[in-house]
Amino acid sequence: MPGSAADEGKVPFRTAKEEIRVGFGVEGSEGGGGGRRQDIAWRTVFLMSLLHLGAVYSLALIPKAQPLTLLWAAYGIVIHPPGMELTPAALEAQSLNHWTTREVPTLILSNPQWIAECHQETDIDDRYGDLDSRTDSDIPEIPPSSDRTPEILKKALSGLSSRWKNWWIRGILTLTMISLFFLIIYMGSFMLMLLVLGIQVKCFHEIITIGYRVYHSYDLPWFRTLSWYFLLCVNYFFYGETVADYFATFVQREEQLQFLIRYHRFISFALYLAGFCMFVLSLVKKHYRLQFYMFAWTHVTLLITVTQSHLVIQNLFEGMIWFLVPISSVICNDITAYLFGFFFGRTPLIKLSPKKTWEGFIGGFFSTVIFGFIAAYVLSKYQYFVCPVEYRSDVNSFVTECEPSELFQLQSYSLPPFLKALLRRETVSLYPFQIHSIALSTFASLIGPFGGFFASGFKRAFKIKDFANTIPGHGGIMDRFDCQYLMATFVHVYITSFIRGPNPSKVLQQLLVLQPEQQLNVYKVLKTHLVEKGILQPTLKVSSLKRLVF
Amino acid sequence: MTELRQRMAREPDAPPEDKESEAEAKADGETASDSESRVEAVTLPTSVDDTPEVLNRALSNLSSRWKNWWVRGILTLAMIAFFFIIIYLGPMVLMMIVMCVQIKCFHEIITIGYNVYHSYDLPWFRTLSWYFLLCVNYFFYGETVTDYFFTLVQREEPLRILSKYHRFISFTLYLTGFCMFVLSLVKKHYRLQFYMFGWTHVTLLIVVTQSHLVIHNLFEGMIWFIVPISCVICNDIMAYMFGFFFGRTPLIKLSPKKTWEGFIGGCFATVVFGLLLSYVMSGYRCFVCPVEYNNDTNSFTVDCEPSDLFRLQEYNIPGVIQSVIGWKTVRMYPFQIHSIALSTFASLIGPFGGFFASGFKRAFKIKDFANTIPGHGGIMDRFDCQYLMATFVNVYIASFIRGPNPSKLVQQFLTLRPDQQLHIFNMLKSHLTDKGMLTAATEDK
Repeated sequence: MPGSAADEGKVPFRTAKEEIRVGFGVEGSEGGGGGRRQDIAWRTVFLMSLLHLGAVYSLALIPKAQPLTLLWAAYGIVIHPPGMELTPAALEAQSLNHWTTREVPTLILSNPQWIAECHQETDIDDRYGDLDSRTDSDIPEIPPSSDRTPEILKKALSGLSSRWKNWWIRGILTLTMISLFFLIIYMGSFMLMLLVLGIQVKCFHEIITIGYRVYHSYDLPWFRTLSWYFLLCVNYFFYGETVADYFATFVQREEQLQFLIRYHRFISFALYLAGFCMFVLSLVKKHYRLQFYMFAWTHVTLLITVTQSHLVIQNLFEGMIWFLVPISSVICNDITAYLFGFFFGRTPLIKLSPKKTWEGFIGGFFSTVIFGFIAAYVLSKYQYFVCPVEYRSDVNSFVTECEPSELFQLQSYSLPPFLKALLRRETVSLYPFQIHSIALSTFASLIGPFGGFFASGFKRAFKIKDFANTIPGHGGIMDRFDCQYLMATFVHVYITSFIRGPNPSKVLQQLLVLQPEQQLNVYKVLKTHLVEKGILQPTLKVSSLKRLVF
Repeated sequence: MTELRQRMAREPDAPPEDKESEAEAKADGETASDSESRVEAVTLPTSVDDTPEVLNRALSNLSSRWKNWWVRGILTLAMIAFFFIIIYLGPMVLMMIVMCVQIKCFHEIITIGYNVYHSYDLPWFRTLSWYFLLCVNYFFYGETVTDYFFTLVQREEPLRILSKYHRFISFTLYLTGFCMFVLSLVKKHYRLQFYMFGWTHVTLLIVVTQSHLVIHNLFEGMIWFIVPISCVICNDIMAYMFGFFFGRTPLIKLSPKKTWEGFIGGCFATVVFGLLLSYVMSGYRCFVCPVEYNNDTNSFTVDCEPSDLFRLQEYNIPGVIQSVIGWKTVRMYPFQIHSIALSTFASLIGPFGGFFASGFKRAFKIKDFANTIPGHGGIMDRFDCQYLMATFVNVYIASFIRGPNPSKLVQQFLTLRPDQQLHIFNMLKSHLTDKGMLTAATEDK
């Protein structure tokens, strides 16, 4: 399966390579041998559909898969991404900062000119140093990137004009992504966690690859290893902090896990230190500046992608609705802003993204608020979405079963007078969560686009059209998730500030880490407090208390 | 030996610097309008001799190398004396000094960034960098201060609201800065602006988090602040001395002045120094007690019953050393054992922070971070080895010395919902019962 996943991605890339041979910007190889090409195209369509169906089937098999299979699949799908050849020659082909006259990139594996540069006496840092201080105008414009959609799709839509063709491709891919999203939601929170992890790794990979291309630093010693190592360290640290809280009961049983949890910070720090020392030891005389740049690039990328993804997972544990509503609000805002801009767009919004318009912005805002309102209403009914995710040790899986909190119970709100006259009703029954969803949607539509502008500015700064070519018509994973960037943090901050206080599992976790005498003291203090409040009756037995709570 | 001394006395960065100034001039591909304003700033500033005139005249008759030695020596003593004075003045002043050092380090690194990227005139950028510094500091101080000043905060109504919605307020402030950055992107300078944005964030990550961990350590007890910092300083000085007198084998290409003899000698000297220093300091309450805020007197107090860590205990000497020294047991503070771990880290891993800073200086072709301290360079030059030490001490304390703060846990517990409180209480109860700490008899008091 991983092999085929890699293969199916090679089709668009090979097409792009052919286009590069001809010259940038030329639209595919049209004309000549049309009939035969059509046969090949339709056969490819058929085979690709089979592959896609097989991939979807494999997703359904995941819950029953062995761990090693999952690891192998993760490697094949996530770490060795399709559609992105990682040989130096291919990167040279995609390289965007070649000021020298080199129109036809060669496909031989070792580029002699680059090797010759390494042997020159002049410090490479100086030569790439000028990249820093030049203003953007000195950097030649990259010709518009070639069309990377698969040949078959293009053939199928060849009758339409270019604008509508683009529409169709984006539309089909959008629907595919949305259905994939629904499928994963159906499969449960564990799959969602894996999905989030996979997306995080892919985003990290995309941004780091851009850094390599900008700095031609693909062959720096150790650097790829170090970037991935740092990603691993930071993920280990964050997963240890969050996961340990939620799996408290599971962790209590296993002795080795106890040890890992108790000294978690120390172990994470030691791992990070090892990476830091390796970086210092790997500094090579001519490449100091490049290496420092990549070090900083890696760290900023980690700051952006990994922290966001962990906040997403924490929101997820709060209840799947806290994960779904924000993300769908952002997606809805993207789509409706695009639609409004398409049909009514006149006034440009910001110089950074010329395609965005004020009409799209405002129309998207209102539609998103309404959409969020309705989605919150629909989702609040189901325990599956509303309950915090818990790990039950007896069942050894995640369960979402609980008594829904007041946030998710219908309440009557009296309408303000002008709405009363309009709707001719005295009160309306809403979930309190819907009020919160208005806040979430407002943020998604007002501030979310700034994440998009940030990504646009980044792409303009480094003269790239898309972060990567993973999704035809849409660009890379990072292109899809740039607006989500701030949303996850906002939702997390919102939850901790307005919805609930500290995380109970975390409090429990910390209690269990204390020294036994301290635990006893705390126990006594808590007992007095609970008895005072009348929550705890001194005479009730432990077993009946447990029944009360669960 | 004289050759080595000469090699060490000669500035190794001088030759590359001369080449660098021409390379920088060639590499400046600025637009025409910018080139005039930058002609004078084409080279990164070479170190200007900042020593006060009086010192210069007093030492004018000595040779240049010894003059350098004397200037560094005098300034070292001045800094150490300053350090002692601050310690004497108490934890509050110490906190303020840490904050000032942090701001100065941030300023130095950002200035280097401006010089590297010639981005001094970018619109808004200086304001935004300082604004981000303010936001992150506000966030961190809010988190720590509310823990330690809990009762004070509860009393004052505006403070209570600020602390309840602290994260939200900090996030809003940061968001404002982020949006301002996006709106300030100017067509021709996207890349520069993104570079400065990344540079600011990495600097914040390095400088501000370290300084807040230092303050955490300080609140744990001043000894946790003083011993690590002194160990790093001692390691610097000792490694320099050992290298000066016995240095032969170079340690790492990055810093040609460092030698293996200096490294190993510094390691042993630092461990011994740490043992002695912790022995001396563990005797005094003002160093050993956690810093607490007293509501009645409205000030910081360091008054407590010293914990087990700071009480003399008998240790049996292993047989080997017994025959050497002739004692059967030795009375030590348990803290001295911990100080061995701290000193070892300071001497083995601390220098990596120094190598990192050296690499950074070589990468950007600067001799010193700034010229704040004559003979020594900038504040960052003095504190580069401390970089990792503060994090290590904090992690060490959290892992080995104490767990989370019980009173803080109780406070967090009290903010939970009743059913959550019951749940946690029962889990704690079953845990204690399993451990045998809680029997039915003790429970039904």
